[in-house]
Amino acid sequence: MSAIKLDNLDISYGDTKVVHGVSLDIAEGESFALVGESGSGKSTILRAIAGLAPDWTGSISVLGQARSHGVDRAVARQVQMVFQDPYGSLHPRKTIDATLTEPLAIHGIGNRDQRVEQVLAQVGLDRRFRFRFPHQLSGGQRQRVAIARALMLEPKVLLLDEPTSALDVSVQAEILNLLKRLRREQGLTYLVVTHNLPVVSFLCDRLAVMRFGRIVEVADVAQLKHGALVEPYSQELLAATEGRSSVVA
Amino acid sequence: MTAPMLSVENLRVSFPTHRGRVEVVKGISFELGRERLGIVGESGSGKSMTGRAILKLIRKPGLVTADRLEFDGIDLRAQSEKQMRAIRGARISMVMQDPKFSLNPVMTVGEQIAEALVTHEKLARREVEERIEAMLHSVRIDDPKRVAGLYPHEVSGGMGQRVMIAMMLIPEPELLIADEPTSALDVSVQAQVLDIIDDLVTSKGMGLILISHDLNLVSRYCDRILVMNAGTVVEECAAGQLDQASHPYTRGLLAAMPTINESRDELPVLDRNQWAGT
Repeated sequence: MSAIKLDNLDISYGDTKVVHGVSLDIAEGESFALVGESGSGKSTILRAIAGLAPDWTGSISVLGQARSHGVDRAVARQVQMVFQDPYGSLHPRKTIDATLTEPLAIHGIGNRDQRVEQVLAQVGLDRRFRFRFPHQLSGGQRQRVAIARALMLEPKVLLLDEPTSALDVSVQAEILNLLKRLRREQGLTYLVVTHNLPVVSFLCDRLAVMRFGRIVEVADVAQLKHGALVEPYSQELLAATEGRSSVVA
Repeated sequence: MTAPMLSVENLRVSFPTHRGRVEVVKGISFELGRERLGIVGESGSGKSMTGRAILKLIRKPGLVTADRLEFDGIDLRAQSEKQMRAIRGARISMVMQDPKFSLNPVMTVGEQIAEALVTHEKLARREVEERIEAMLHSVRIDDPKRVAGLYPHEVSGGMGQRVMIAMMLIPEPELLIADEPTSALDVSVQAQVLDIIDDLVTSKGMGLILISHDLNLVSRYCDRILVMNAGTVVEECAAGQLDQASHPYTRGLLAAMPTINESRDELPVLDRNQWAGT
């Protein structure tokens, strides 16, 4: 069964259409990357799947179920999102404990105390962090909390929007290792948005290159590793990552 | 090489906290000729503070001390605020990280560049316009006339950063300090912006201090690299010999970066306790 299936998806913000006719099929257990420059619509696709960009046409189905527009509790149980900036995505006046129990309260799940401890352990955070506030944590620790929050409902799919781009190189390595381990342990499906191709190479199985709201190319990560991307634009991105200056001025 | 353009000896920067003064730069020394120097380190390593200290941009209650802080024979420590204003921009200038926050939102791009120029040089209006157009052209903006009339929110991130570079280079400084000039930009634009900086720096024979957290990027664009950790320089090496770096921190940083052809199952993680000062 496919974890996420997008069919001819168009997404608009007001009068501006930002994503044009995107179709994707992501298998369960797969780790899939969307890459492209800012404004290419990659984050918008994640937002639509999560229900944060309700103005879309086409179809989105999650684990075989068609998704409604807007907030959908059933989908929230299955699909959770981790945002780019851990400095902005955690409520500054809520303790880590409050942040983590909120999804449980919303969905009326009990046994909260134990679940919080369990998830903190999963993301490698000491239990002494439980009653602290976000400002008392480092960037890497905050991103662990954000990942923990996403795991609270035991989802099947994680939407990761630039999960490491706000972090230092060494902290990025820790978070990438964590994500890889969690996926292995819990059989999660990842849809990762990033502009960092080495991260794709480490974390993902397949990728789609996007430009101007359209998918330019869908490729296997082996193709990326061997520089065998087909489309000229994908090659350009690859070249820019490797430091050869891109062709377009 | 002749006498260095910039020499820094035992530079220290500290800030007061509840638990006494905390030093964020702990006595670093380096010299810079007309070359490209890269300063690399993670957040909190003191790299940006070093750049700011050179321009005396650290405000109270921050405290900067140094045994020597000389630029082209001028003792920067002894300069008054007014004298510093004559140096900043005209002789040493700085490109900041994020064009969105560093450009004035209520002035057009052209006006801002003009301001940078006119502050240091008396010029006729016609000439100012010509210089701005030439400058925008040299940062590879194709229709400088149109762009000069735009406001910062009307230009993209990459173009905003090029505007800022234009603004910083138009008074023709001798030393450019670029503090994470591309970290707010897309990868595809990053290379372009750095190429522009590189071209201008090389063709005008300027000195460059490139401050960044990205080791590979710095090694591509600089001649020499200082690696900073917790306020000290842990390693200094030629850019081409980065792969032979010996300090465990530098090696750790290099190893922690995933590569485009990644086959490792897990990335090595730095053991922070080994060096961390805080």
